[in-house]
Amino acid sequence: MFYLDHAASSPLRPEAWEAMAPFREEIYGNPSGGHAVSRRAKNALEDARDLAAALLNADPLEIVFTGGGTEADNLAVKGSAFAAETPGGIVTAPVEHDAVLQSARFCGEAGRRLSLVKVDRDGLIDPDEVASHVASRTGVVSIMMGNNETGVRQPVEETVRAAKASNPSVSFHTDAVQGYVSERVDVDALGVDMLSLAAHKFGGPKGVGLLYVRSGTPLQPLIHGGGQELGRRSGTHNVMAAVGMAAAMAALEEDRDRFRARTAAERDSFESTLSALVPGVVFTAAEAPRMVQTSHVRIPGVLNEVLLVRLDAAGAAASAASACQSGAATVSHVLEAMGMTPAEARECLRFSFGWSTPAGEGAAAARLVAREVEALR
Amino acid sequence: MKVLVAMSGGVDSSVAAALVKESGWEVIGVTMKMWKGPGGEAPTAGCCTVADAEDARRVAAHLDIPYYVWDYTDEFMSGVVDVFIGDYLSGRTPNPCVECNRTVKFSRLLAHADALDCDAVVTGHYARITAEDGRRRLWRGVDPGKDQSYVLSMLGQDQLARLRFPVGELVKEETRRIAAELGIRTASKPDSQDICFVGRGDYRDFLAEQGVDSAPGPVLDRDGTVLGFHSGVSSFTIGQRRGLGVAVGARRYVIGIDPDTAAVTVGSAEDLEIEEAAVGGMSWVSGPVTGFLSAQYRAHGRAVMSEVSEAKGGGVRVRFSEPQRALACGQTLALYRGNEVVGGGIIESAA
Ligand SMILES: Cc1ncc(COP(=O)(O)O)c(C=O)c1O
Repeated sequence: MFYLDHAASSPLRPEAWEAMAPFREEIYGNPSGGHAVSRRAKNALEDARDLAAALLNADPLEIVFTGGGTEADNLAVKGSAFAAETPGGIVTAPVEHDAVLQSARFCGEAGRRLSLVKVDRDGLIDPDEVASHVASRTGVVSIMMGNNETGVRQPVEETVRAAKASNPSVSFHTDAVQGYVSERVDVDALGVDMLSLAAHKFGGPKGVGLLYVRSGTPLQPLIHGGGQELGRRSGTHNVMAAVGMAAAMAALEEDRDRFRARTAAERDSFESTLSALVPGVVFTAAEAPRMVQTSHVRIPGVLNEVLLVRLDAAGAAASAASACQSGAATVSHVLEAMGMTPAEARECLRFSFGWSTPAGEGAAAARLVAREVEALR
Repeated sequence: MKVLVAMSGGVDSSVAAALVKESGWEVIGVTMKMWKGPGGEAPTAGCCTVADAEDARRVAAHLDIPYYVWDYTDEFMSGVVDVFIGDYLSGRTPNPCVECNRTVKFSRLLAHADALDCDAVVTGHYARITAEDGRRRLWRGVDPGKDQSYVLSMLGQDQLARLRFPVGELVKEETRRIAAELGIRTASKPDSQDICFVGRGDYRDFLAEQGVDSAPGPVLDRDGTVLGFHSGVSSFTIGQRRGLGVAVGARRYVIGIDPDTAAVTVGSAEDLEIEEAAVGGMSWVSGPVTGFLSAQYRAHGRAVMSEVSEAKGGGVRVRFSEPQRALACGQTLALYRGNEVVGGGIIESAA
């Protein structure tokens, strides 16, 4: 069995599992309570916050735990657009994840000014073009780090500088849900004001994430209630998941060099083996800066929906990268923005490697893909 | 034997999947997503809802078969919905289910079945296929109330040879009983509507929702006298009695729609009577058949004894043994010998 869909979700790292073990019996209190049982939970939560903050070079109070990457993106985009202190305009790109894009559209429908920048054929934004959209009315710019479909790495650092040069008071958000899997994040080095993570992409549990919010960034909370997370996100914390996430982050950092070397090697041998065996195969954005763990390919003449079924039957789990809620592969808005035709987009597949990818899997998976393509051609 | 089962999430296709699985075949389940809401999102009511796919997915999990959803919304839009709208704009009465089976459903499923090394495609249609001397014959389903052979009347040998309709051997109560026994989630789900994308409303509401503008024009009587004006031809179908917007003494029905002048002609019930129809685009199950056959031109309509003769251009002339009302161009006409389907085509003109 080849698991080639880490970008959709990765297996739990043992370190995350172990960190969550005490929640089976010992830790169960409400972290907001006032007794010893609650304190145990509160301490576990705050230890997780300290750890996550340290790993991102942030202050612990700049970490807001959320129910995943989608929620973090929603909070960043809508929370900025609706913050009283900002003019509320949004600048983002058409290749963003739907969590950002649909949030931005929602704000647009609610009367906020929405600008979508252009992308080139690799899906890359141009920092100066982004800056040219940033006006006095702009409240937030949201440009992702690594693209979840193609693996392209946006020039976030330059874009932050260019955007802030246009309007120093603008907030800059980056969706680092995929990018963080691939490379270490230092929020100061990136220069961003907000940054989203999702634990399940790097070996933490599903349904938990965080939004880094630089101190002083205007933010309107979206979930109102008991005022947890300094009022930025109410609701009793998923303490166990937050602890699991922080442990997975620490494990990832520890494993960083090995992870990068392994996934890059497997991705590269996957691509070279596949190009040798499948005539006509095209790797998306192969010449652009890309995350090490993702390979996005187009196999002309082969419908992705059919190939995916064959791969599934043959024991290889991959994906078309863009799927609707029903699970159907849909023509991706990312590929469309890059200028692909719907017919071309239907020939695209994403293969993504991760922390548990064994050595040699890249080439072996490519041979299997080639065999199934052969059967279809 | 390896088969691809088209699963809508409804009872019939769920039971079809269960029956083939039980017979020991290797089964792959798929849901074809045909329709999306106006904003592109999956609809929450009507057909092709997220919930329908979830139902199908649960049934597949219950049967322990792999399951996939395939998106055909673009093909369905251009191959079925646009044709449907175009037909109403030109005064015809379309049958989108037949069009869907022909241009989207079976063609895609059969092509994909090949690509997946499947021997056959299985659906939950109420119709029967038998084999004799290497040729297939297509029959009405056992349950006369559920029979769906009409919408399959344009399938030929190539397709029939690779199709299986296991529930065609059952009456609906049996299907529901089997579903309940198997613990299938959809056992008591209501039957789907005839035109999935129109839903429970009227086709006119659907056209309005799609922003279809059709030409306004005069309402005429048989000798061309202007009786009034209407606001769009697509609101009228042959045989329609309500909503004509003209007040005349006797009952009036739509007897003609001219897409070029947008004129709607009304007449008496007798004016509506059709004795003969020209049918084109014929598809035969096993080669052309003429002579005395019964003809059916609505999904759940009555079959009428008719004399069928060859016409120029590969079509046929169908002479009905009794005059027909509300027969319109664009409708599919299926021909039967007893309970056996011999072919089908599209009504091109009627007199
Ligand atoms: C780039 C990106 N942003 C946001 C998300 C959403 O994260 P989550 O699945 O935790 O809601 C994902 C993953 O699905 C993603 O890849």
